[in-house]
Amino acid sequence: MTSANSALTNGSNETSALAEITQETLALTRRLFVQLARRPSTLVAGVLQPLIWLVLFGALFANAPAGLLPGGMSYGRFLGAGVIVFTAFSGALNAGLPVMFDREFGFLNRLLVAPLRSRSSIVLASVLYITALSLVQSLAIMVTAALLGYGWPGAAGLLLVLVTLLLLVFAVTALSLGLAFALPGHIELIAVIFVANLPLLFASTALAPLSFMPTWLGWLAALNPLTFAIEPIRSAYAGDLSLAAVVLEAPYGDLNTATCLGILAALAAGLFLAIRPLLDRKLS
Amino acid sequence: MGFIELQHLNKRYGGSRKSEPVVALDDLCLSIPEGSLFGLLGPNGAGKTTTLRILCTLLSPDSGSVRVAGRDALADPRGVRSLLGYVAQEVAIDKILSGRELLQLQGDLYHLPRSRRDSRIDELVTLLGMDAWIDRRCGGYSGGMRRRLDLAAGLLHSPRVLVLDEPTVGLDIESRSAIWTVLRQLRDGGTTVLLSSHYLEEVDALADQLAIIEAGRVIACGSPSDLKDALGGDRVTLRVREFSDESEALRVQALLQGCQGVRQVVVNRAQGFSLNLVIEHDGVVEQLRRQLAEADLPVFALAQSRPSLDDVYLQATGRTLMDAELAVAGNRDAKAERKQSMR
Repeated sequence: MTSANSALTNGSNETSALAEITQETLALTRRLFVQLARRPSTLVAGVLQPLIWLVLFGALFANAPAGLLPGGMSYGRFLGAGVIVFTAFSGALNAGLPVMFDREFGFLNRLLVAPLRSRSSIVLASVLYITALSLVQSLAIMVTAALLGYGWPGAAGLLLVLVTLLLLVFAVTALSLGLAFALPGHIELIAVIFVANLPLLFASTALAPLSFMPTWLGWLAALNPLTFAIEPIRSAYAGDLSLAAVVLEAPYGDLNTATCLGILAALAAGLFLAIRPLLDRKLS
Repeated sequence: MGFIELQHLNKRYGGSRKSEPVVALDDLCLSIPEGSLFGLLGPNGAGKTTTLRILCTLLSPDSGSVRVAGRDALADPRGVRSLLGYVAQEVAIDKILSGRELLQLQGDLYHLPRSRRDSRIDELVTLLGMDAWIDRRCGGYSGGMRRRLDLAAGLLHSPRVLVLDEPTVGLDIESRSAIWTVLRQLRDGGTTVLLSSHYLEEVDALADQLAIIEAGRVIACGSPSDLKDALGGDRVTLRVREFSDESEALRVQALLQGCQGVRQVVVNRAQGFSLNLVIEHDGVVEQLRRQLAEADLPVFALAQSRPSLDDVYLQATGRTLMDAELAVAGNRDAKAERKQSMR
């Protein structure tokens, strides 16, 4: 009888814990979206920048000789996958900024004085916000690319694209949140974001295939997480949705879509585990 | 046992190859009864903010214990957080949100059901006179408006203890008295209110109980009137002429020192050689007047006052609160302090 009672209480405690975590996480997420709605420049810039890449960079190589790219695709079509991934990547890289500003302005202390059921809510809210934002930006780029005649992956392809982006966004968000708690201020965080952005783009297959690159750069690109997201998406755009399809002929061996996604998932999980001790320390 | 028990708290900041650690709290003990309006008085840098931040679980002490209503803040920080409302010194608000949205966020962080949250917000908006601007964005608020909003945020979940760090610093008179009124009402309603201040008048006017903190330790504790009574005697300021010279002042000093019931006579050079006396009871004043008349000395001005908290502070530390403030004013490092408060 007693044990049944305590099991009941435990049960209701767990329900209320879940309800409380939901309440605090949604409130924190809502705040981030209200900020975005009233200061939409991040959203606009996040769509505008890749759009400029797509139009200008696409035009730069529009007259590349036919047959230069694998499968004889046009450069615009080739570039599309790279820019979509780059959009999600740079959006997620900014995940740490709101957290950093909250640390600096003391708003985080306001959250930490409250009896939050779980302080993971603070991190979870950032992840939800930045994931939604990055996906919306990527979708905007995909639609624009389709209008420019660079193709559309179809419904099943879209699903593959979104899953791929989601994994990449999780990994990069974890990295950015870790930096937001490890670095002393927003100046340093912005510097790291600034420095990380372009080299990761260039040392990937976003702008050119591996076959164009000198060996050393090819190795870098074949190890770059962006490449693992770009190639499955490129393959989806080319109409090949098979998970077993080889999408990357890396110097160390051929990788198929499933392997690429597996690497991204492992990276995201690994990064969240890696930043956990730091978050625990800073939020306890 | 007090409702809030802080026992043997020690806290040091910093300490590296470059700098010596700063001792913020040095075996601080404090016991705060339930339902009191308790003041922590001390100069800037005495350790008031550190004490409050430890109580609110934002900071952990190097050693010592913190209990609120029998709960251990170090073992059960979430339990203690739900009992406390904290109004910090540096008001952190989100400029993009309206005051109401900020309060709604706060209510959700304290897990109030939505209907209760919104009705409580309406109550506080009325109580603190925020109707006119609560739906405007916080970015445009004045200092007084921000402080009221922050007070509302601290009160939203009807905490049993309200903790305020320098709640009226830099505020206009109107906002200050509005906040004082609310704090008194809360105390009358049974809430335990703990506030820090370096304004003597504020603590004197508001607090039922106070502790004077100096260099991380409690150096005096009690009700304002008990502390003042313990000093004993009234303060008398006397001038025989509007402008006395030193020799005359010294002559009067010698004369008064002989009087019965006069404990201490000091020549105040800074105030045109007026004389500051401590007397044991009211009757002494009449006797002073007689003695002066017999010695053919006029009385230009004679003011009698009860000892103030500043006298209490002076007695305990050997300097006035103002001097203590000036002494630390140059030693504070705003950058280091911001770093301490940043996670």
